[in-house]
Amino acid sequence: MNSSVIVFPGSNCDRDIAVALEKLQFKNKMVWHKDTVLPKSDLVVIPGGFSYGDYLRSGAIAAKSNILNEVIKAANNGCLVLGICNGFQILTETGLLKGVLLKNKNLKFLGKDICVKAINTENKFCNKYKNGQILKLNIAHNEGNYFTNKEHLKELEDKNLIPFKYCDKNGNINEENNPNGSLNNIAGIFNNKKNILGMMPHPERMVDQVISNNDGTNLFTSLIN
Amino acid sequence: MTITNSIVEKHGLKSEEYSKIKELLNREPNLLELGVFSAMWNEHCSYKSSRVHLKNLPTKGKHVIQGPGENAGVIDIGDDDAIIFKIESHNHPSYIEPYQGAATGVGGILRDVFTMGARPIALLNSIHFGSPDHPKTKSLLNGVVSGIGGYGNCIGIPTVAGEIKFNSTYNENILVNAMAVGHAKKDKIFYSKAKGLNKSVVYVGSKTGKDGIHGASMASAEFDENSEDKKPTVQVGDPFTEKLLMEACLELMKDDSIISIQDMGAAGLTSSSVEMASKGDLGMELQLDKIPCREENMTPYEMMLSESQERMLIILEDGKEKDAKKIFEKWDLDFVVIGKTTSTNNLTLNFKGETVGEIPIDALASKAPVYDRKWTKTKLPEKKTQIKDLKKINIEDALLKILSSPNQSNKSWITNQFDQMVMTNTVQRSGSDAAIIRIHKKEKAIAVTVDSSANYCKAHPFTGGKQVVCENWRNIISVGAKPIAITNCLNFGNPENSKVMGQFAECLLGIKEACEFLDYPVVSGNVSLYNGTNKKNIHPTPVIGGIGLISNINDTVNQFLKKDENIILQVGKNFGQLSQSVFLEEVYSITDGPPPEINLSNEKNNGLAVLRLINDKLVSSVHDISSGGLLLALAEMTFESGYGIKINKPKNLSNLIEYYFSEDQGRYLLEINPIHLKKVNKILEENNIFSEVIGTVQKDYLEVPGELKININDLYKANNTWYNNY
Repeated sequence: MNSSVIVFPGSNCDRDIAVALEKLQFKNKMVWHKDTVLPKSDLVVIPGGFSYGDYLRSGAIAAKSNILNEVIKAANNGCLVLGICNGFQILTETGLLKGVLLKNKNLKFLGKDICVKAINTENKFCNKYKNGQILKLNIAHNEGNYFTNKEHLKELEDKNLIPFKYCDKNGNINEENNPNGSLNNIAGIFNNKKNILGMMPHPERMVDQVISNNDGTNLFTSLIN
Repeated sequence: MTITNSIVEKHGLKSEEYSKIKELLNREPNLLELGVFSAMWNEHCSYKSSRVHLKNLPTKGKHVIQGPGENAGVIDIGDDDAIIFKIESHNHPSYIEPYQGAATGVGGILRDVFTMGARPIALLNSIHFGSPDHPKTKSLLNGVVSGIGGYGNCIGIPTVAGEIKFNSTYNENILVNAMAVGHAKKDKIFYSKAKGLNKSVVYVGSKTGKDGIHGASMASAEFDENSEDKKPTVQVGDPFTEKLLMEACLELMKDDSIISIQDMGAAGLTSSSVEMASKGDLGMELQLDKIPCREENMTPYEMMLSESQERMLIILEDGKEKDAKKIFEKWDLDFVVIGKTTSTNNLTLNFKGETVGEIPIDALASKAPVYDRKWTKTKLPEKKTQIKDLKKINIEDALLKILSSPNQSNKSWITNQFDQMVMTNTVQRSGSDAAIIRIHKKEKAIAVTVDSSANYCKAHPFTGGKQVVCENWRNIISVGAKPIAITNCLNFGNPENSKVMGQFAECLLGIKEACEFLDYPVVSGNVSLYNGTNKKNIHPTPVIGGIGLISNINDTVNQFLKKDENIILQVGKNFGQLSQSVFLEEVYSITDGPPPEINLSNEKNNGLAVLRLINDKLVSSVHDISSGGLLLALAEMTFESGYGIKINKPKNLSNLIEYYFSEDQGRYLLEINPIHLKKVNKILEENNIFSEVIGTVQKDYLEVPGELKININDLYKANNTWYNNY
């Protein structure tokens, strides 16, 4: 599979995701934000980091960059798009995903391992996970507190557009195990067609037993299926 | 403008120093020139009080590529890999403006590392605050922690290890030391020495503003009640620009365009230009009109003394400007040729067609004042406290009290504000004796840690100096790494006070002796003097940052228990030395007496044997016994493990308090599978190392039969409550 990783000034997980993609047999290209052509890609990844220093609002400036126009076009044509952390924030700023990411409820940066439960696995990104599987992933963000309006929240739940929810190590989904205050413990969401996934936890940090675990691997290998 | 005494004084210069300036110039300086002198001759930049003592430190070794004197130290870690690292203080600015002070401390030390061609791979910090109930502590603490995180998280370098301590000695002068570690190719290291005549001097990075003017002079004076007024001398950091600057510099460094490069840190453009010219034995001429400025109508004085962040000075090979400029434009950064190297050996400053300042480089650098200040020895204090004279406390209460104290409690409330995993090479995060960072795409890794022991250094600086090196060495060993080299940050009070100067001199002698004995050279460092307010000096606080080498990432251990029925072995001898212990301080508020003795030969012997046992895969976990003593170390091994320990009653020492809480040095706790015990004992015996089996791993409880039985979850809870209630 061909993948492209978009690099903004201030992206800092671009190398990490490239390493993960290459390890998992993707043919990956790095794409500079000023470029106006997107290489032929089955998957576009918008990586984590602090694009444009998070100035104005996290993701807001990156959403208006040259290359994002191309990503939006590709996404509307069904290309798979994955936004991780700042990438998720950028996707909400472009409107490709609805809702916003507010400041964490404790108003502090959160960098730690958390558990999420895979609750909707019948989609291209998650088909290698078992439904109900508990994953240990890592989060690192200031603004991961997902918020949206009631109608959209209902739609997300009803149409199975929430792949991951924060939980405890036994899979209980409750306020106590919600690290950042996001609605319904949402850790990631799809668009209606499920070709665009935005998530706060970093799957690319969990593809290597030496530093962590392999809980993120299936997110990428599912796509190759 | 005539230079009056009061102007001289405002520049932090003594009248005899001003006379020396006039002598060196053969005339009166103008205000700009005086400013340049003050920036170069202050304590922070000139090391005038510390230089005579620093030169005694061992700085060479088979792994050392570059010792002190450059932006950072460089060590060889085999193949074509080098590690570049340094620690630096940002104490004074952080007290005045905690968020920006700490953030720019991180930014500054990162620049020191990537200036030399390294991609930074880890950040560490050592932070010291006043008593938790002092009215300023909480806001300083929160500001500093978010400043450190704010910068490191944004630029995308993992913050992987650190230490935090509270003591009333820092009530009005906190310490914020930041360390950066980078990885470079051995044949691609960049230095600051200028070479060649008429070479372009290029300014890159952020624009120059009016922030941080006289920052280095501010950091070279004691605080008083008006210190708040010094806020404008604190710089403001922008990690986003630094990230761009880092990527642009590393991109430019791929080819051979750079002759030399230097970051604009303390004393900004002044110190960077002077250092480059001085090392190259050249002159430098700058056209100040060309400096990219943030504000209109900035004066030459402001430009030369600004400490605006995220700026670099580069000397380029001929004909390389165009390609280099392209790279900086790609990253939306300024790139301006502002001058050239000359043969005059002068710093020549031109502005609007006139020469507005001209100073011989050597007057600013090699001829800067050096003081061999008066110093007095600190006598080894006598042991006064006898445990039998104190009110009895049971062991369980004492342990819980220590575990839940601010200094010993779990630090995850800090580390959870740091991104520890970005760059995806963090093999071991904070919380163990040292963090482990893999070298990108390699099997090998480095171990990193920072340590200080101000209470020991206060009691007896010479012993304390030795101890802090040993402690650091032990922490590196404990994860299975071979200790290679250190960087030090020397935080002391006012050097004009002979007692303080004595603390400095003697700590350094201790550091020197330990480093020499352990073959653990000092390759970089920083001195921060005048830490104190209104004549009250802080405790002497040298901080040591160490690097160890791990040839195979699979050969490491951590401190957490692994398996039921494994045996716990103590390496090293327990003499029951309690003075200067955490126990006496936390339980009885007693802080007198001598620090524990250091026996360097035992230290080395024990450490090297433990390292061999780890590398031979004969141990399941290792933890060093340090402040808090045996029982605290055992409790810390239970965290995150699900296991406890059944501890045998001691055979020799009759007093249980002394046995469990003494801080005798050179000790380690090893968890060993019973099938390896014979082999382990044989290796230890062959090396004449004292060891004893002190317990067995069991489920759920830390237990001394008949004395104490605590559920490990309760231990963990006690260790994790302090900050939540703060």
